[in-house]
Amino acid sequence: MCGIVGILNLNDLPPVEPAVVRQMLTMLRHRGPDGFGIYRDAHIGMGNARLSIIDLTGGDQPIGNEDGNLWTVYNGEVFNYVELRPQLEAHGHHFTTQTDTEVILHLYEERGPQCLQLLNGQFALAIWNQHERSLFLARDRAGIRPVFYAYHEGRLLFASEIKSLLSVPGMQARVNRDALREVFTHWSVQPPRTIFEGIFELPPAHYLIARDGKVEITRYWDLDYSLEETPRDEDAYLEELESLLIDATRIRLRADVPVGAYLSGGLDSSVTTALIRSYTGNRLDTFSIAFSDENYNESPYQNKMAGFLGTDHHEVYCTHADIGAAFPDVIWHTETPILRTAPAPMFLLSKLVNDHHFKVVMTGEGADEILAGYDIFKEMKIRRFWARNPESKLRPLLLQRLYPDIKGLNSAGGAYLKAFFKKNLSDTANPWYSHAIRWSNTARTWRFFADAPDAAGALQPESLQLPEAFFGWSTLAQAQYLEFHTFLSPYLLSSQGDRMAMAHSVEGRYPFLDYRVIEFCNRLPQHLKLEVLTEKYLLKRLGRKYVPEAIWQRVKRPYRAPIHRSFFPGQALDWVQDLTSERALRDSGYFQPEAVARLLAKAAQGGAMSEVDDMALVGILSTQALHHQFVDHFSTEAESTPPMLRVVDNAGVAAS
Amino acid sequence: MQNVEEMIRKYIADNILFSKDGYPYADDASFLENGIIDSMNVLELVVFVEDHFSITVNDEDVVPENFDSLQSMSTYVRQKQAEKASV
Repeated sequence: MCGIVGILNLNDLPPVEPAVVRQMLTMLRHRGPDGFGIYRDAHIGMGNARLSIIDLTGGDQPIGNEDGNLWTVYNGEVFNYVELRPQLEAHGHHFTTQTDTEVILHLYEERGPQCLQLLNGQFALAIWNQHERSLFLARDRAGIRPVFYAYHEGRLLFASEIKSLLSVPGMQARVNRDALREVFTHWSVQPPRTIFEGIFELPPAHYLIARDGKVEITRYWDLDYSLEETPRDEDAYLEELESLLIDATRIRLRADVPVGAYLSGGLDSSVTTALIRSYTGNRLDTFSIAFSDENYNESPYQNKMAGFLGTDHHEVYCTHADIGAAFPDVIWHTETPILRTAPAPMFLLSKLVNDHHFKVVMTGEGADEILAGYDIFKEMKIRRFWARNPESKLRPLLLQRLYPDIKGLNSAGGAYLKAFFKKNLSDTANPWYSHAIRWSNTARTWRFFADAPDAAGALQPESLQLPEAFFGWSTLAQAQYLEFHTFLSPYLLSSQGDRMAMAHSVEGRYPFLDYRVIEFCNRLPQHLKLEVLTEKYLLKRLGRKYVPEAIWQRVKRPYRAPIHRSFFPGQALDWVQDLTSERALRDSGYFQPEAVARLLAKAAQGGAMSEVDDMALVGILSTQALHHQFVDHFSTEAESTPPMLRVVDNAGVAAS
Repeated sequence: MQNVEEMIRKYIADNILFSKDGYPYADDASFLENGIIDSMNVLELVVFVEDHFSITVNDEDVVPENFDSLQSMSTYVRQKQAEKASV
């Protein structure tokens, strides 16, 4: 796990200054605190900030191939490198390290971009071919590891995080208003766009090739929900899920440092942690968040699971004040506005892991997407069932099952809930049907924007092209596809995943996002995912074997964190006051100061805030914090920088 | 004393729409159809009418017939006030 950076001359320009590459790496020192490495020749400068996990002494980057033609900087893990290496050795490749990095390099040498089809992992990598003068930049299938790029003065810049691109002299952050509206609709920006003008994200499952001054981007994988031609019986599917998850977990334990685990108290991380426990005899450390606010706290379940598995358990106790205090730092790392505070406790959790000197944790992310765990899937199913008989009095009552805790909403037979979900009920041919209500509700936050305060027209993400096959899939599969692309990759795995963990030099590993597990779950008959209104049906069956009944039988609870009380413990926190003063709001220009003042007054009173109020509050605070840190006061200063471990400088060598 | 419609209009404009332009909809415009409130805001409206008009809203009264437009809300509030006065 690491951070990578690079600058490629697209035109005939002088060699890249090493100091600029070093500066870019310095911005990523949290990703790679163990040391820096740089490769440079007449056309390119690339760097790596290293978090040593595999081959601690021999794995410094950059790494080259046998004849020094190919050079790589790499962030992430390819877990099946152990299986791939002997095949490459049989083809005559000579290895100088024990790393996965070198395996990828030789595999690329053998197969070119097709090598990606064989990699099972989470990565962003750059490979430079010195003879061909071509750069290959690629990202893993699910988008676990990030890579951003920009064009600047005849050069292509790339880096694991945006702040690194912005540290290049002459680069300046400007918030893209269309992208801001996307966040205030879908919670995230659909790649390749980012929240900043002129800065792009390489989408998950894509690679980029830059050669002869031209850049081409290609998709190499996508989700496919086609069913097996001959369905098998349920037990056969269960057996395959179990063996795949065991293997996905087993290969994710490959590391030369100890691997810990996050325990949320829910089914998914309980299963992955139980699998680790079943297949390793060593001490296992687990890490959890306990909330002071009982509405969010799940520590009784976490402790139960930790006790059941006999782990050495650690928890971070998270108060409203902790969330409020951490929030500006959280935005420094998300590099995008967010509408929820949920990343903040994850930021505190990775600090706990780091404080215990762990670099790697296994987590349960991904199960809700691939096995239909979220309420949005049930909501879609109920609405479609209801839409077949819109006058039915009974069908909409099923919605009450989804929101049993919302006092008042379910009074009078859930009349209000019914009225809310009846909106566009019969629009079932709309490919965005499952998500349209969520998006239109979220877009009600647009009323705070200084320009275009009305969310008129279609709200689907413009750049998400639905594949032709989409229209032949089940409606559940269609909803899963949208959830994966609009929520999992651009929000959950980034703002709440990679960025929060790497803020404290921690690498998350996700057995449910092993591509073999994803592809298997996508082929499953839909009733094995959502059985009537029971979510993650097949996983619950597996859970019976590995976790206590109290865990696999519990009602699913979404992970959330307290919102307005975190920013208004009595009166507004100092930074909240500063960033939301009338002057600050007028200077940044995104929001109407009068409207924001009314919202803040409402939040300060501590009364009931609606879902939209809370999203708007977090959205406004995060946008203002982003503007402050990236647009107005961008700082490249660092108290200290890691040591330089390896420098390969071919800039003086005549280009071949 | 402000009339019922005015008080509701001002409350929604200030606390739900956060609007500087007041309440820009017709009195009979549906809250839900026009995206004026979401399903949670209705609870806020219930608290508001209970606090400001000294009435008690029964659970079975929380239905779109009573809480889906300025007009229906005002009618409901006046009706509850009248019921209370006649007791």
